[in-house]
Amino acid sequence: MSGSAPVDGAVGPEGDTRFEYLLRLGDNALVLGHRLSEWCGRGPVLEEDIALANTALDLIGGAQMWLGYAAEVEGSGRSADDLAFLRDVWDFRNLLLVERPNGDFGHTMMRQFLFDAFHVPLLGALSGSADPRIAEIAEKASKEARYHLERSAETVVALGDGTEESHARMQAALDALWPYAGEMLRADAVDEAIAAAGLGADPATLAPGWERTVRATLDEATLAVPEGDFAHTGGKSGARHSEHLGPMLAQMQWLQRAYPGASW
Amino acid sequence: MYAQMIRSEATQDDPERLAAFQARIDAGEKIEPKEWMPEGYRKTLIRQIGQHAHSEIVGQLPEGNWITRAPTLERKAILLAKVQDEAGHGLYLYCAAETLGVSRDELFEMLNSGKMKYSSIFNYPTLTWADMGAVGWLVDGAAIMNQVPLQRTSYGPYARAMVRICKEESFHQRQGFDIMMKMANGTPAQKRMAQDALDRFWYPSLMMFGPSDKDSVHSAQSMAWKIKMNTNDELRQKFVDQTVPQAEYLGLTVPDDTLAWNAEKGGYDFAQPDWDEFYDVLKGNGPCNADRLEARRTAWDEGAWVREGMLAHAEKKRAARMAAE
Repeated sequence: MSGSAPVDGAVGPEGDTRFEYLLRLGDNALVLGHRLSEWCGRGPVLEEDIALANTALDLIGGAQMWLGYAAEVEGSGRSADDLAFLRDVWDFRNLLLVERPNGDFGHTMMRQFLFDAFHVPLLGALSGSADPRIAEIAEKASKEARYHLERSAETVVALGDGTEESHARMQAALDALWPYAGEMLRADAVDEAIAAAGLGADPATLAPGWERTVRATLDEATLAVPEGDFAHTGGKSGARHSEHLGPMLAQMQWLQRAYPGASW
Repeated sequence: MYAQMIRSEATQDDPERLAAFQARIDAGEKIEPKEWMPEGYRKTLIRQIGQHAHSEIVGQLPEGNWITRAPTLERKAILLAKVQDEAGHGLYLYCAAETLGVSRDELFEMLNSGKMKYSSIFNYPTLTWADMGAVGWLVDGAAIMNQVPLQRTSYGPYARAMVRICKEESFHQRQGFDIMMKMANGTPAQKRMAQDALDRFWYPSLMMFGPSDKDSVHSAQSMAWKIKMNTNDELRQKFVDQTVPQAEYLGLTVPDDTLAWNAEKGGYDFAQPDWDEFYDVLKGNGPCNADRLEARRTAWDEGAWVREGMLAHAEKKRAARMAAE
């Protein structure tokens, strides 16, 4: 890829790094939004059904904006829909955490909480991006993300501190998802280049805030923070996704693939 | 129309009170939860509002079937918003039913045990993306026919829930028609999907209004109480008259050879759906009855630990607050 011209005259690295970074933001929102949408009509309580759909809707809305801008930055005539529906697994740049299967409601909400606790400070930092388009999208998504965090944290606390069974399930969810949290917080070359250009945040700088939120919430939820800081990686770089992303894309992209060129 | 075959209860109340109650209804007054009402009125309403609420909830499933396969981000977002609205409608309606002295959990249990029904339409499968168009256009269209007059129903909380619901339903119908437009004007495969969706959903949509009720004693009582505002046949006729020109506009063919404009009555003559099939669906033998109920029961059973956990936590918080006071 040759890298397109900087957009809006914003300072920064080559378009392809920015494109890469925007894909990360867009794919996280898309993949997590899709996962949540799998719950439709199957939530444990009607209010939760509504809240899951609402969060999914916010995230899909975010995906439209991030991928729309990514497509512009790429400048090769692709649209947000082309990016969402016509890329294969290796071109996706979402975190491994968000492609984890839903599991039970506890898994879904724990995954959401771990992500929200990162997403909120990330969007906060991006609101100050030197790229006004990034700042604008982040600003809009920020308000929604704060609400997502409030809700997912409350749920984690309630179920962690609920019955013996709900506690055990939440602990199991935390233990299973913990090794997927680290990828969010570790910077790679793309993160560093973006941060150096003032376009985005170095995730390492967000780590202390994330840790504070997570520890305080888990403490209130009477859940034990797992030991060890091993982190699976390969999602945001696209180097090695899990086996779970492919089937998800097969379902999500099916119509576009089966009837190429149609307008829906 | 999400309420079908609602049996109205015979009522054993004092004739004078009944007459006074009827006079209030005839005068267009709204009946509010704390006020006296005949037992038959209360029970019939619980059945009707409950069935409507269940229909909203079960109705999420055939659409949820396509949220994960929606062809564009925008379509996915619109469908998510629609399904979220439907869950919200379920919530308003369960709240309205609760004012009549039945809890949401009791209603859920009656749904799960098969004691209460939901609309027959949701026992039909959604097989292609065009079905998302057909559901919005035909199913929501039929629902609106019934629900617009119900904004004037005699029971206050039900009427108010209907006002909110109707606003959103008309948006749903428009998005359904918009999907049909895209499909009907699309590739040959898309046109085929659109026609196939109309073929499969036409008669089940006509069934949504329920069988002819011109001789039904139950309907007469419900209409007197303004729980039911029009006869099934009136609404069905209105639906056909509205929908046929829309199908023509889309370039689709309504699957009825007998369909013809009748200038004398100012409406279309049309074929009745297969009422044997309707009764089969009501008995549990529709294409999706077992799957729909299974999905609801599974959601309920698998969610038990969540509900219990949340309740336990709320209790702990309450106890801690009381101890602190």
